[in-house]
Amino acid sequence: MVGIALAVNQIKDMFAVVMLAGIYGLVSASFFVAMDAVDVAFTEASVGAGISTLLMLTTVAMTGRTEHEASHKPLLALILVAITGGLLIYGTFDMPYFGSADAAVHNHVAPRYIYDSMKEIGVPNMVTSVLASYRGFDTFGEVTVIFTAGIGVLALLSVAQRPKDDAAIEAINDSMHEKHLILRVAIKTMIPFILLYAFYVQFHGDYGPGGGFQAGVIFAAAIIMYAMLFGLSAARRVITQPFVQLLSALGVLLYGSVGVVSMINGGSFLDYSVLAADPIAGQHLGILIIELGVGLTVASVMIIIFFSFSARREYQQANKGASL
Amino acid sequence: MTMILGLYNYWVVIVLMMIGFYIIIAHGHLIKKIIGLNIFQTSVFIFYISVGKVEGATAPIWQEGIILYSNPLPHVLILTAIVVGIATTALGLALIIRIKEAYGVIDEDEIQAMDNQAMVNQDKEHQ
Amino acid sequence: MLVHLPILQVIVPLIAAPACLILRRPKLVWLFALFASSLAFIISILLLQQVMTAGTISYELGGWSPPWGIEYRIDKLNAFIALIISGISTVVLLAAQTSIEKEIPKDKQPLFYILYLLSLSGMLGIVTTGDAFNVFVFLEISSLSAYSLIALGKDRRALWASFQYLIMGTIGATFILIGIGLMYQMTGTLNMADLAVRLPEVAETRTITTAYVFFIVGVCLKLALFPLHFWLPNAYAYAPSIVTAFFAATSTKVAAYLLIRFTFSIFGISFSFTTLPIETMFLVMGLLGIFIASTVAIYQDNIKHVFAYSSVAQVGYMIVGFSLSTPAGLTAMLLHMFNHALMKGALFMALVAIMYRVGSSKINDLQGLGRQMPLTVAAIVVGGLSLIGVPLTVGFVSKWYLVVAAIEKGWWWLAGLVLLGSLLAVIYVWRIVETAYFKAPILGQQPVKEAPMAILVPVWLLVSANVYFGIDTRFSVEIAASAAKSLFGVAQ
Repeated sequence: MVGIALAVNQIKDMFAVVMLAGIYGLVSASFFVAMDAVDVAFTEASVGAGISTLLMLTTVAMTGRTEHEASHKPLLALILVAITGGLLIYGTFDMPYFGSADAAVHNHVAPRYIYDSMKEIGVPNMVTSVLASYRGFDTFGEVTVIFTAGIGVLALLSVAQRPKDDAAIEAINDSMHEKHLILRVAIKTMIPFILLYAFYVQFHGDYGPGGGFQAGVIFAAAIIMYAMLFGLSAARRVITQPFVQLLSALGVLLYGSVGVVSMINGGSFLDYSVLAADPIAGQHLGILIIELGVGLTVASVMIIIFFSFSARREYQQANKGASL
Repeated sequence: MTMILGLYNYWVVIVLMMIGFYIIIAHGHLIKKIIGLNIFQTSVFIFYISVGKVEGATAPIWQEGIILYSNPLPHVLILTAIVVGIATTALGLALIIRIKEAYGVIDEDEIQAMDNQAMVNQDKEHQ
Repeated sequence: MLVHLPILQVIVPLIAAPACLILRRPKLVWLFALFASSLAFIISILLLQQVMTAGTISYELGGWSPPWGIEYRIDKLNAFIALIISGISTVVLLAAQTSIEKEIPKDKQPLFYILYLLSLSGMLGIVTTGDAFNVFVFLEISSLSAYSLIALGKDRRALWASFQYLIMGTIGATFILIGIGLMYQMTGTLNMADLAVRLPEVAETRTITTAYVFFIVGVCLKLALFPLHFWLPNAYAYAPSIVTAFFAATSTKVAAYLLIRFTFSIFGISFSFTTLPIETMFLVMGLLGIFIASTVAIYQDNIKHVFAYSSVAQVGYMIVGFSLSTPAGLTAMLLHMFNHALMKGALFMALVAIMYRVGSSKINDLQGLGRQMPLTVAAIVVGGLSLIGVPLTVGFVSKWYLVVAAIEKGWWWLAGLVLLGSLLAVIYVWRIVETAYFKAPILGQQPVKEAPMAILVPVWLLVSANVYFGIDTRFSVEIAASAAKSLFGVAQ
């Protein structure tokens, strides 16, 4: 991993750098598996190696491949890094050793999650119970972060409707997509299965690794693949932009309304126990709904971001075509 | 000796963090800065996950007959942090695209130079 | 419903934000956002009342008791800050619709309000939460929306400013994350109150020292404390005017709050002020910030830049109060947070009016504006006087308390330096006033009309607040003093 990171520092070809960054994500994902963090690994693989690489490639395609010479002020940077790193190393000396079971971390808050979550929430995947219930409000914040990013990207990249260019865009699309006939057929048969898998991950999060976030990403990936192979206009015909935006808002609202309903039912915000007569059933119901909200927002925001990126690209190309 | 073995993991993480940090501040290319940011953040994630690891334990998914699990809390925190990371990345890249359109370049020095040019007469402005 | 107030404070704007996306029509969205923000303001008033009479309120999210679940914990300190934030936000929003029409394309206006509300709820979330990791999450909500809001500025430099802010902000947030991670590793908890109990046991370790340093550096990046301030001036100068007014008055306050909260309530005074030479460091940085930033402000040609550098200097005053590490010093800092929000709010709102009519905030384009927009320029004058610290304005109140606190500690020289800093403010404020009143309008330039009521009313609301709280100091001083006392009381 150190090697990859160093290579990223050295190589000037942005395409290679982005690919390396993707591999870095994948390697850290496998590292997470080794550390028993399967949920995290799942997410890191789909985000670090998947979505973010994809976005970076799109950006590189739009901005040019090579980095200029002159990585300036290396000395100052080096000093700063040395100080920060030195301080961190200094900090490690009093740390409990790696993997030791009697560290403070494992003995104060965590035991309750590990030993009582089964009887308090009834979900075997402890990560899911902590994520969705004990610390459900963090997850609400997380969904809001994603929503914010979606709106932010939209505010930056959305272009006003420009019907006059449509023909030109159509032409670009056709020239790009005629070539990959075999890929198109292959992907087309895969997409239903990917979608199905997304649903499985969505609803199986209680028992194995997975949940709303991962499912959302996978779902979005299927749509993005479709858009890549069949062109944006085709994908847009399947799902329109305002509709996706509405869905992303709906996800946050769904999550929030679970909280509001639990307040009306006499609990505090996001207290799922009061959602049903039996606390455990209430927890199940609450987690199910909020995971759905998470999945909804994540999937639609990912689609929004990808569409905004590539729509901007088409817009640039169309403008270039017009000026030639 | 035990100290080196016991803390070795953290040191590797710190080296990774610092490479990422170096890439952010030393490089002028904006995409590379974002990648540096990613490496920096990912290393912090690895640090959190290392903290949660218990020797000889398994993944925190309840199974009959297993008593020793790794700590699930850091996993939850990092799930959230990864999401925050991708959100920042997406926004940063979107900004880069707009900067490229507006300035025609995506290198820190060149942009700075163009800005300084714009306020050429009385430029007291600097970082 | 009264028991739910702490959480409603945050989720009202938070849930209102996605709901805006459904409304779509800019005008409707504006009304709705205004409604949500005023609701948050009312809630913060109620909360402050409750806290002042009944003491600290704790709210358990999800029904899980802390430290297992996330807790919201409202005391005098954060009720006060939440009041500042939601109050300013509401007043600024009053003018938003008129100003935004000219500065942001129509199809992006609804998005603007959504981001604005998200930013508001992010800040409120940071302030009200009692959980260290939750701080990070809400910090990112407010930051991400801030980057996007700044990038909505018309000038292309807004994009670059926003990108710089994004890099610095993310480094800051990651530092904070490292700090929180180290604390968690040593104590096994994330709840602030619980951390305060468990930290003393391990306070001697190098890991905790490192944690504190990382946390503080991260916060100072967000606070724009000199010399970590360089992202701020451009971000303020090129963002849409409304956004600048909102952020200038609120966002540094949030960072200052975090600094106070972690130093006093979590690490505790005995750790923060004895283990490390924090006081001296902050004192030096604060003073350097006051003098260098004020001097730079004198040479700026864009008023937004002038006031942005002045903000960096004002952060310096807050930090000087902080570094005194006495109840009186902390009172001065809290007072200045409140007062600075009022003056910078008033000044930047007046700039909103100028941008609306003149379309530029260059000092030279202000020539002769004193006659064309008398009310707006008068607002700048009052705001400027307050910034300098002239009696009968809030600026005087905070300087007074700061000087008294310095003298109480026997640091006469510091009192002198603080007064000297005010002289620099006289110079940069005078430059603006002089241009507006005593220079003839540029020949051939169209005379402009006074700003529309929609902007003037909020401007003068803030200006009169400057004067009102400058004369009747009971409200602000009482809260600031009792918050400061309880922070010292808790920690000792």
